[in-house]
Amino acid sequence: MSAPTAAPVGSSSGPGDETILSVRDLSVAFRQGGNTQLAVDRISFDIARGETLALVGESGSGKSVSALSVLRLLPYPAASHPSGQVLFKGHDMLSVPEDAIRRVRGNDITMIFQEPMTSLNPLQSVERQISEVLHLHQEISQTDARAKVLDLMTQVGIREPEKRLASYPHELSGGQRQRVMIAMALANRPELLIADEPTTALDVTVQAQILELLGDLKRHHGMAMLFITHDLGIVRKFADRVCVMTGGKIVESGPTSEIFKNPQHAYTRHLLAAEPKGRPPRANPEAPVVMRGEDIRVWFPVKKGFMRKTVDHIKAVDGVSLTLKAGQTLGVVGESGSGKTTLGLALMRLIRSKGEIHFDGQALHDRTFKTMRPLRSAMQVVFQDPYGSLSPRMSVSDIVGEGLAIHAPHLTSQDRDRRVAEALVEVGLDASTRWRYPHEFSGGQRQRIAIARAMVLKPRFVMLDEPTSALDMSVQAQVVDLLRDLQSRHELAYLFISHDLKVVRALANDVIVMRAGKVVEQGSAEQIFDHPGTDYTRALMAAAFNLATAPVGAVSD
Amino acid sequence: MSAPLTAPSVAVETDERAARTAYERPTGWLSPTNKRRWANFKANRRGYWSLWIFMVLFVLSLFAEFIANDKPIIASYKGEILFPVAVDYPDSKFGGFLAVTEYRDPFIRDEIEANGWMIWPPIRYSYGSVNSDIPHSAPTAPFWMMDEAQRCSAYPLKAEDPGCVIGNMNWLGTDDAARDVMARVIYGFRISVLFGLVLTILSALIGVTAGAVQGYFGGWTDLLMQRFIEIWSSMPVLYILLIIAAILPPGFWVLLGIMLLFSWVSFVGVVRAEFLRARNFEYVSAARALGVGNATIMYRHLLPNAMVAMLTFLPFILSGSITTLTSLDFLGFGLPPGSPSLGELIAQGKENLQAPWLGLTAFFTISIMLSLLIFVGEATRDAFDPRKTFQ
Repeated sequence: MSAPTAAPVGSSSGPGDETILSVRDLSVAFRQGGNTQLAVDRISFDIARGETLALVGESGSGKSVSALSVLRLLPYPAASHPSGQVLFKGHDMLSVPEDAIRRVRGNDITMIFQEPMTSLNPLQSVERQISEVLHLHQEISQTDARAKVLDLMTQVGIREPEKRLASYPHELSGGQRQRVMIAMALANRPELLIADEPTTALDVTVQAQILELLGDLKRHHGMAMLFITHDLGIVRKFADRVCVMTGGKIVESGPTSEIFKNPQHAYTRHLLAAEPKGRPPRANPEAPVVMRGEDIRVWFPVKKGFMRKTVDHIKAVDGVSLTLKAGQTLGVVGESGSGKTTLGLALMRLIRSKGEIHFDGQALHDRTFKTMRPLRSAMQVVFQDPYGSLSPRMSVSDIVGEGLAIHAPHLTSQDRDRRVAEALVEVGLDASTRWRYPHEFSGGQRQRIAIARAMVLKPRFVMLDEPTSALDMSVQAQVVDLLRDLQSRHELAYLFISHDLKVVRALANDVIVMRAGKVVEQGSAEQIFDHPGTDYTRALMAAAFNLATAPVGAVSD
Repeated sequence: MSAPLTAPSVAVETDERAARTAYERPTGWLSPTNKRRWANFKANRRGYWSLWIFMVLFVLSLFAEFIANDKPIIASYKGEILFPVAVDYPDSKFGGFLAVTEYRDPFIRDEIEANGWMIWPPIRYSYGSVNSDIPHSAPTAPFWMMDEAQRCSAYPLKAEDPGCVIGNMNWLGTDDAARDVMARVIYGFRISVLFGLVLTILSALIGVTAGAVQGYFGGWTDLLMQRFIEIWSSMPVLYILLIIAAILPPGFWVLLGIMLLFSWVSFVGVVRAEFLRARNFEYVSAARALGVGNATIMYRHLLPNAMVAMLTFLPFILSGSITTLTSLDFLGFGLPPGSPSLGELIAQGKENLQAPWLGLTAFFTISIMLSLLIFVGEATRDAFDPRKTFQ
């Protein structure tokens, strides 16, 4: 590496004196059909050299749109800017010609996106993708480029970079992909890095690692950063200044410490208060056992050769035993790929498994899909992604009523309609919304619909597969409260699958910690959270509660 | 409710959009998505107009018997109101001796005119009726290419003959059997479009079912059926059609059946791909967790996804079917002799280069019909294109 560029401020100690990006009165409007909608309404902010500015808000607040406008990356002409300027070193990015802004993109200002899988080209090797950025903006020879790529990959903490040069994105883990994205963003020594929720799609442990990396790099290179997130925990640890956005407007801005200590605007206070809180109700040791699994194994065969001989197994779940009592919650935690969801699907008999499963005293493990059907009304699932789990072409009434049509065919259509309406009211939705379609609802409302679909059948066991991880923080808290309320009212047994330990803490009586299909630790929530027995559990908790990284090897990267 | 629920009224959940829309059960028969699609379709002006023109032509051709026929629509004979277009009256009723009444015959015509009146369709020829009063040997040119004396020269009373009226003129001339080309085009258009529509709908039914089963069940089912389709679709369709047509007497339904054997395959690919993609969606897993059966999942949750791909294909398959029928007719392996067919008209045009109206008529009819369908197809494709949302 050559010597770092002389930056006036090298650390995050405070804002520099030289403003490099100045957004003045920026508005963004979208035209759809005949209507024009204002997504961003006259916002202004400045970023000084070496400073990190966080743009905080919930989905739909206009924070990503604002960031994309800086590099003019919106879908024009559907998008337009009714007012405002984006001054980068004195030039208005909104009015400079196209080839001038292309020289800025990827060179002076770079971006990291949320989804590392889709923001890398799946058909090109890592080396090609990183060196493309170099070739675009610099005169550089092939050999020099390769050396530079290796250097960048070392900087972003990819181990054994020589071996990774020829890898394709699908061969890398989520965290490694995001590191490659960061390497691409750093390739031309940008003066401003825009990070659009760079860790939202990652595991908590990986999130901590990526944040640490970004912090180190920023200190080294003295670059400014515009950090977009909905997670106040990250902001507190990471940003020098904060702008809080809602409904397309910046409602409050100031130094991080002040905003956290003394929030002025009601919305900021609301955001700060919105963390999943509380503890689960005390478990009743006499409660009847609802679900019991003995030595559950889900092995996927690895077949090789012409005769497709099974040479090995991928052990997604490898010998897990558990008991779940009525009115209680069993939390299953672990990194992604540790087999949490597979375990849940095996218990629900939605996937083939070995080992005994008893539900309500009945053996499930030898039932076929057909003979399982009568029991399905008593065991339900709520999935992670409220956008994917509701059929877009069915009305809410049809979605919630579908299970009733199968499990209670004797109901008249009026009775069914009444049950649907009751279920919607119970999850906190207006019953008169049931004629509308999923796309008309926000993420939190959709998750409530998914919960209503499960609850309308009056189940005894509900598998909750990361039901909060796709939601905004304040909505997460509401959904957690709703789940706890439903549980106490209906004596529900929850299998709560999550990598987010904050939410697990708020709900679970007992916890199973999984890694690579095996149980690492198992016990009551107090025991696991207060006296974790393994490095792995400790790493998960450090990442979740303090955004801290663990020593190398404790968790995967 | 016993416990206080979390306040959904908190303004944080961005449900302003929800508040603005009415909460009643929607009444219109088009869902918002379909309304947007219809708007996109209309935005493609060429396709929109093509659809209208095509629909008008098609609906008119459905009533071909009232436009071009060798029987009057209504007649009054000796105080009795007759409907010759719908009812077969024996020739003896009018003092004749033939089995079928030939209303174009001057004898019958004069008999009815003397005892009442007749209302003729604008063109007094059906697709099979022969014009016996052509001025020279068939094929004869369109009447507007001849002067009045010439076009009436074959009638007994020349220009004063009651038969030499506009309804008896051949707008597009006659073919080599002295049949009116205009009438044959109208009937030929109808049979082509009907054939194409029936074939397309039946192929869609079979193809979508096969594709759905393959995509949904996957595994061995998919593997075996895919291999079967590969073998099946590598057969030389035209030769097999010729061989079967040589054994079975060709007719509308036989031809339809033979072509159906091969045309369903074109739908399988798209539908299978959509089902393969969508069967892993979470809402499908959710339905499975509810205990919904396979058939219901396929119909209710997956088919709507595949419909878009299929509907986009439909107009193109339709025009393809029409082209195949025309080419079979051209080769002489199509509809039975005497049927009104555009392919046969092309063949006649090729045989009679001295009568360019035959070839030109066939060319313009087929090209206009197929162009209209392709334009409609393009507009349909636009309508279902999700990326057209922001325009």
